[in-house]
Amino acid sequence: MKKRISIDPITRLEGHGKIEIFLNEEGDVANTYFQVPELRGFEQFCKGRLAEDMPVITNRICGVCPEAHHLASVKALDALFDANPPGAAKKIRELLYSAFYVTDHTTHFYALGGPDFIVGPDAPPSERNILGVIRKVGLDIGKAVIECRSRNHHVIEMLGGRSIHPAAGLPGGWSKSVSEEERKEIAEIAKKNVDFALFTLKAFGDIVLKNPAYLELVTSDIYLHRTYSMGTVDDKNRVNFYDGMIRVVDPEGIEFVKYPSKDYAKHIAERVEPWTYLKFPYLKKIGWKGFVDGIDSGVYSATPLSRLNVSDSMATPLAQEEFERMYQTFGSKKINNRFQPIHHRLATHWARLIELLYAAERMVELANDPEITSPDVRRIPERIKGIGIGSVEAPRGTLTHHYESDERGVLTKVNLIVGTTNNYAPMTMSIKKVAERLITKGNVVEEGMLNRIEMAFRLYDPCLSCATHSLPGTMPLTVTIKDSTGAVVRELKRQ
Amino acid sequence: MPEKPKLALYWAASCGGCEIAVVNLHEKIVDLDAAFDLMFCPCLVDTKKKDIEAMPDKSIAITLFNGGIRSDENAEMARLLRKKSRVLIAYGSCSYEGCIPGLANLSGKDDILKTSFLDSPTTHNPGRIVPSAESVVPEGTLNLPALLEKLLPLKDVVEVDYFIPGCPPESARIWDVVELVVSGKPLPLPGSVIGAGTSAVCDECKRAKADKKIKKFYRTWEIIPDAEHCLLDQGIICMGIATRSGCGALCPKVNMPCTGCYGTPEGVLDQGAKMVAALGSIIDVDAMKGLPEEGISARIAEIMDAIPDPAGTFYKYSLPHSLLKGRVS
Repeated sequence: MKKRISIDPITRLEGHGKIEIFLNEEGDVANTYFQVPELRGFEQFCKGRLAEDMPVITNRICGVCPEAHHLASVKALDALFDANPPGAAKKIRELLYSAFYVTDHTTHFYALGGPDFIVGPDAPPSERNILGVIRKVGLDIGKAVIECRSRNHHVIEMLGGRSIHPAAGLPGGWSKSVSEEERKEIAEIAKKNVDFALFTLKAFGDIVLKNPAYLELVTSDIYLHRTYSMGTVDDKNRVNFYDGMIRVVDPEGIEFVKYPSKDYAKHIAERVEPWTYLKFPYLKKIGWKGFVDGIDSGVYSATPLSRLNVSDSMATPLAQEEFERMYQTFGSKKINNRFQPIHHRLATHWARLIELLYAAERMVELANDPEITSPDVRRIPERIKGIGIGSVEAPRGTLTHHYESDERGVLTKVNLIVGTTNNYAPMTMSIKKVAERLITKGNVVEEGMLNRIEMAFRLYDPCLSCATHSLPGTMPLTVTIKDSTGAVVRELKRQ
Repeated sequence: MPEKPKLALYWAASCGGCEIAVVNLHEKIVDLDAAFDLMFCPCLVDTKKKDIEAMPDKSIAITLFNGGIRSDENAEMARLLRKKSRVLIAYGSCSYEGCIPGLANLSGKDDILKTSFLDSPTTHNPGRIVPSAESVVPEGTLNLPALLEKLLPLKDVVEVDYFIPGCPPESARIWDVVELVVSGKPLPLPGSVIGAGTSAVCDECKRAKADKKIKKFYRTWEIIPDAEHCLLDQGIICMGIATRSGCGALCPKVNMPCTGCYGTPEGVLDQGAKMVAALGSIIDVDAMKGLPEEGISARIAEIMDAIPDPAGTFYKYSLPHSLLKGRVS
């Protein structure tokens, strides 16, 4: 009998997410569909708006990562107004962004992704949350996580005007300079962040990597997909969140293309499916071959792991040590002076912590850069060029804003490819692979199924999964198995 | 031990910033947890409908509902949560007045779909497919919530007890509301705006204000304003004069104008109309005295040139809540 399984987790991926699993006559998985049932229409209603309003308008695409939209937007405006910001403005932007990365990756590790490892993938759901993490790692940790989020949101408000939805971005610069007093305070916070990142990596090492069962899970093939990787690199091919060239490497690790973000439309195309409001980006030159991995499929990933996969090294010393340790743990060989990519998706959690350390170290560098307190933070644009494309690395993937305007700077066209969207096809594939493993001949492996599917989600840190789920810590999920008449046969639920 | 009152937080068409604003209570989140049974997830969650439907009516003490009503599913959840909640609060600008996603009401649902799926420069869509409420795939039928023609504020769908403005509401103001509820003091009259002031952002702004006589308006990128004086006095369109107090005038502190996210001050019906009226009274008419009629028209046209997007400037957050509600077709 044909069956259908619906999963309605209401987790946020720019709205809610919904999974439908169809079984065939034999009771095996025929197909899975991961639907995004929400569309607000930014690309439509941004037409007619003033270009300079976009950093404030596009903040509201995502309240979890408004800093990413704010900065992709001001970079698109720098191009549209043909105004190269003073050095201090660029550094202030990157400083704010580093503080943001520290809070965002911290939240994900302790409240969302981490519990699966620290408490354990088979621990009871009531333990597998932030409170369980605190019990395992120590009571002070809860306090340290809250303090880390708090001090970095303070930096975001200091530099951007508001702790959520910053306001200071302008074409050609930044509306606020940094005083010496503020600089000192930020430098202190940055130092604390480095200690916190080191502590977090040590905890990950002790609890996950030294536990053979967890290490086996991380290196097993259930979450393995050999896709292309995408990320932004600086002029020395090192990870950079704020600026650089977008580099794509193939599943073997050979550079496929490296391009400035203004050329994104030559390299990225998006596919529409009638059953979801979110599009599926893919590498245009390879083409869409369906939800499959491999060198002949245009599917790519843009995650913390992908960013490390495309980079030759990290730009800061402590992050570099940890970077080498991760690739060596996976037995990755160097080709062309770069480690072969890791395709085990659960390694994304480790990569995220390496990025946390890099963000903290970079914050120290920027806070101690003499130029950061320069009062020269704005350049007044002299002309409106009419087209501007800008990108940054959002925590959840490469984020691109593309604007076109008339001669008054009123927008006529807007195109946005947001972080999580890049990973829509890989996420769909990960979910299908887990479902195929856990459902055979009509037998549903109940124990662990929900969490294994959750884990497939969580490693991508889909946008907006963060806030609301960070307190209870688990992603509530229901799987309903219906027969072909639609009657509910069984319901698996966890809270 | 008596059961703690249930507090639910539901999102419809929103960005998640309202949830982050709650998480940004930082250490106070522990106190919030002590006072309420936090239903963040359960209410939204699984079965979204079934579990909540199974609860007795009015069994949730307070629901903070954020996000506008963009789809039929959003509307259905609003009706259900109204039934199950003793107090329903439109929490945040989207739910209160439509916010930035409400700018979509300058066009219609079909324009949104066309721009996203047919006209985008990166979309490859030779079959001209547009997502639909029901689609047939080889294995069965898949459903999506249908978009409504316009985005609606919560009050247009169900009766709302209170409104908390802000995009997002400032965490300190959220705490004010929590303290008020926990204190057991009587709540304000139903229909009130809570968690904000009653006057205008200008009253919280430390910039020095002078008698306003404005000869020319500037776009934000055109000038570097001085850090001491009122931005509107310097010719930058700052919405503070037509916006409710509560945030502490954060944007002007970093030399950027208020864009109006706290909605109208107490007693004002329409934020944009208030702003236009205010601008009308501060333009320096003395400078036009004695000019021939063409000269006056030219000056006015010149002044208006600096405001090429009145709808997006004056109604950035409040269009669905305004008197016109959107494009009148």
